[in-house]
Amino acid sequence: MSAVAAPWVDRATEWRAFRAVLHRDLYVTWRELPAFLAQVILQPLFLLFVFGKVLGSLDLTRPGYADLLFPGLLALTSVLTAMQTLAFPLVAEFGWTKEIEDRLMAPMPTAFVAAEKVLFAIVRSFVATLIMLPVGVLILGSIPWRWSGLPLFVAGLFLGALVGAGFGLLMGTLVQPQRINLLFSLVFTPLLFTGCSQYPWPSLARLRWFQVVTAANPMTYVSESLRGALVPSVPHIPPWICLLVLVFAICVLMTVGVKGFYRRAID
Amino acid sequence: MSGELPTDGPAVEVVDLVKRYPKSPVNAVDGVSFSVPAGEVFGLLGPNGAGKTTTVGMLTTRVRPSDGHALVGGVDVVGDPVGARKQVAVVPQRSNLDRSISIRDNLVFHAAYHGVPARERLERADELLDQFGLLDRSGDKPDFFSGGQSQRVMIARALMHAPRVLFLDEPTTGLDPAARLFVWDRLRELRESDVTLILTTHDMDEAALLADRVAIMDHGRLLALDTPEALIDSLEGEGTLELAADLPADGAVLEALAGLSGVAHVEPVQMHTENGEAPPPADSQPLRVRLYLTGDAALLVAPAAAVLSEHGLALQDVKLGTPTLEDVFIDLTGRTLR
Repeated sequence: MSAVAAPWVDRATEWRAFRAVLHRDLYVTWRELPAFLAQVILQPLFLLFVFGKVLGSLDLTRPGYADLLFPGLLALTSVLTAMQTLAFPLVAEFGWTKEIEDRLMAPMPTAFVAAEKVLFAIVRSFVATLIMLPVGVLILGSIPWRWSGLPLFVAGLFLGALVGAGFGLLMGTLVQPQRINLLFSLVFTPLLFTGCSQYPWPSLARLRWFQVVTAANPMTYVSESLRGALVPSVPHIPPWICLLVLVFAICVLMTVGVKGFYRRAID
Repeated sequence: MSGELPTDGPAVEVVDLVKRYPKSPVNAVDGVSFSVPAGEVFGLLGPNGAGKTTTVGMLTTRVRPSDGHALVGGVDVVGDPVGARKQVAVVPQRSNLDRSISIRDNLVFHAAYHGVPARERLERADELLDQFGLLDRSGDKPDFFSGGQSQRVMIARALMHAPRVLFLDEPTTGLDPAARLFVWDRLRELRESDVTLILTTHDMDEAALLADRVAIMDHGRLLALDTPEALIDSLEGEGTLELAADLPADGAVLEALAGLSGVAHVEPVQMHTENGEAPPPADSQPLRVRLYLTGDAALLVAPAAAVLSEHGLALQDVKLGTPTLEDVFIDLTGRTLR
């Protein structure tokens, strides 16, 4: 009943809307940069300082512990930053601020709104993780680094950010606003400590049950792949297994997360 | 921007629209049909829970219809939700402004989402902020705004991408009288533009004042649809006389009142309950009736009071009135709007 615009015109409109929403997110992050940095860096910074520096100086950890801790903390930063970028704002936006409504009414498919959130989470995750490199040098004096491990390093960080974004999407759409405190105690803390960021997975063979528990946390495979990239001499899960498990976990988390997003976005 | 599609058809067309929620025994919207020509101000009037907001939700692609069709600006909201979103703007009941950025940025980014060119969106933002009396506060974040101010910001934001159809959900609910008048004035100005306004309200004054045509909704259905004047004219009689007595009464009193000369018909008035429960039976409450008259209301006060005292009732309260949309609603449903 009406003239339909050429499909490519519609695509252009949709991508323009997508870019404008991403622009808004980056604009807000830029204007609140100190708050963003405090939010994402403080936790790994303290972990690095206490476990890598303080315990080492007191001879409570073995020499070389900081080297296997550092890649683990990068993994932690990558996953948790992406997750926090998505989970808390989503709970608030769907729950009480309703800010997301203006984006859901923008001329683009609902999936684009979710995709923008994921892309933004990846950007923030990358920024936070990269800042950890100079911070590591500053605190530890030197950090493990292998240029030959760079492709695996980047792949690990990227998949880590996606895993975190998947978790964030899932939680942000499942958790009721009044339960946002539970998110911290029931999800963040266990994820933080079962993700093999403070210990290499193969060494857990002596604590078999815990090894099984940690194998269920996707963050474990991020930590292990980064160890494979930066400190291959430390026993670690073979990188190809890590990448495979991560891709699988991302598919599951994203499928359920996007479904949850649609459920909240459209009645 | 709004001219991408032909403008000759109706701005909104709704055919047998149904929304059924899985766990609810009744349909939230139950087979609603109407059509709104471009440029009209269309009011959806009804109590809370009547299905107004759900209807608007379907027209704005946020609620998926269970059955029926809906077109906005000629675009099917189910078949082409992205296309439909280009045609519409929504001003919700509660603020959903972006709290992280200033209100000017709220307007500018909204326009960017809708692809308005950069220079144009800056100019338009200042123009609209000025028109809505917000220019001196354009750098403030929404957190510091009152309900009425937020409402103005949201209307200005909605106009940024020059929508063909603007939906306003209870635009003045909860506003103080001055803020309400300001919003009404701005909406009346919009009538002069070619944007189509669809407003939901449970305020009959608002509907009568702003709307070219009013659809009365209750329990998910459309009960009547016409201009406010025609709806009021459809009631028999010239005026109304509302009587309240001290005790409950039986049908004999109503009959006696209906028998008075000059009374067209008698309608018991039930107070509307907030949560949509059935109100308590009329015969357990003190009598409250509305008489629809063919003649002068003042002349009937004395005879009506006499009828009441014949039946052992004392007159407690009298209200004279010309019929309003509220009376139309009472006539259709037997309940008040609030």
